[in-house]
Amino acid sequence: MRIIGLKCRNCGKKYPIDPISICEDCFGPLEVEYNYEYIREIISRKRIADGPHSIWRYRDILPVNEKVVDLGTGFTPLQKADNLAAVLGLKELYIKNDSVNPTFSFKDRVVSVSISKALEFGFDTVGCASTGNLASSVAAHAAKANLACYIFIPDDLNLAKIVQTLAYNPNLISVKGNYDEVNRLCTEIAGYYNWAFVNINLRPYYSEGSKTLGYETIEQLGWETPDRAVIPAGSGSLLTKIWKGYNEFKDLGLIDEVKTKITASQSKGCSPITSAYRSGEEITPVRPDTIEKSLAIGSPADGYYAIKVMKESGGTAGAATDREIIDGIKLLAKTEGIFTETAGGVVVGTLKNLVEQGEIEKDERTVIYITGNGLKTQDVLMEHLPTPVKIKPDLKAFEDILKKMDKKIDADTYSGVESKVRSVRSKIDEQIEEQTEVA
Amino acid sequence: MATMRLSTPLRKYSGGKPEVTVEGETLLEVLEKFDSKHPGFAEKIIENGEIKRFVNVFVNNIDVRTKDGLNTKIEENDTISILPAVSGG
Repeated sequence: MRIIGLKCRNCGKKYPIDPISICEDCFGPLEVEYNYEYIREIISRKRIADGPHSIWRYRDILPVNEKVVDLGTGFTPLQKADNLAAVLGLKELYIKNDSVNPTFSFKDRVVSVSISKALEFGFDTVGCASTGNLASSVAAHAAKANLACYIFIPDDLNLAKIVQTLAYNPNLISVKGNYDEVNRLCTEIAGYYNWAFVNINLRPYYSEGSKTLGYETIEQLGWETPDRAVIPAGSGSLLTKIWKGYNEFKDLGLIDEVKTKITASQSKGCSPITSAYRSGEEITPVRPDTIEKSLAIGSPADGYYAIKVMKESGGTAGAATDREIIDGIKLLAKTEGIFTETAGGVVVGTLKNLVEQGEIEKDERTVIYITGNGLKTQDVLMEHLPTPVKIKPDLKAFEDILKKMDKKIDADTYSGVESKVRSVRSKIDEQIEEQTEVA
Repeated sequence: MATMRLSTPLRKYSGGKPEVTVEGETLLEVLEKFDSKHPGFAEKIIENGEIKRFVNVFVNNIDVRTKDGLNTKIEENDTISILPAVSGG
């Protein structure tokens, strides 16, 4: 009733609801086709608001019919970011903080949907090719659903992501190569074994989970879209699905208009989508060379559609260097108290660059998507942080070190927060001096 | 002779077999020769003289878009894989 079938996004050929993802005529990606007329009759703001505090409050527009595998994913905070906005000179900035999902990244959205669908299809084994976040999420959901699980990862992955994934006890296979090579291997394996690879043969269902990030943003903004959304891009899928989510709400009559300029953010060391968007040429595969592993997809399968969305919405695309990624992580943490992984550093770094270049205007109501938790990529950050001071358990020792710490703050040259801290501090110092003089 | 691995949607051209042996000096020649015995095959992969947007072709696990595309040389014992583009993360 709600779901009609699958349809090729490229040539329009229709298929039944099966564990397939590729059009046999043109190799284009298949997408779930909904009966929107029917859904429009049953859906309402109230029905959504009365639903569970998870992605399953949007069940009417997700491609699962039966029982769902839910670890409590979604409905994550949309946090107003006044401190970061002040540093960047923006008027109104929000952070969609998806780093607090059950396995600490947005991937729980796509995995909750795809593992539920795998059960519906009757699979007993699931798997994925992953840059880390998907690995943890698939392993966790497979554990909950009692499914056998095979996870394939590149061998240079962040240690914390490997540790987290192993804790859920899947079969973890580390492949000597980069993500694109792992993905190619898995696509071949999927052709030989009857397993549910969430991002390969279940991809039409899997990718629909990302729409919920768009739905939640609208609901949490008071049933409105933002003027600007800055979204991390690896394969480009997330960006297209957030856009789809915004537009579905409009088409279903839940909001009046979509006014969002969709903006991709990539790491400079792997930016095939941003480069193609800015040059106006076709996407050329690149070999990733960046500290940012989770977006390091050199051959982005949805890049073509991501670029279409940016053009259609009047958005843009930017990138951040490794240094800017690290600075972005630190800036977000010290202004907003949100500790993100490298992908979040990419988003903050790109936002900063695009604001400085004037491509994002200061009065735009902007939402940035922070999709993963900082605990996942501590190894990258470690060498860029100061070492903690060590003292004896003695008041005098503390006071001595405090004087040194004051000097260190004065010497810190970062233009954003520290300058604010310095100005506040000097005002306090002035007041103390005045009071001392009066006394 | 080189080996060509076919993803599921292409196996209708190989009688359901996932792998076939093929001949030809370049990728284009291999695809055209296979097409002469299994008409309709090449047009699934090539459009306007280029590899289609949603198709990835690998020779010995290297994406031919990073080599010479359809003109990539094929040697004895090479393995060609024809796969759909899939996303992940």
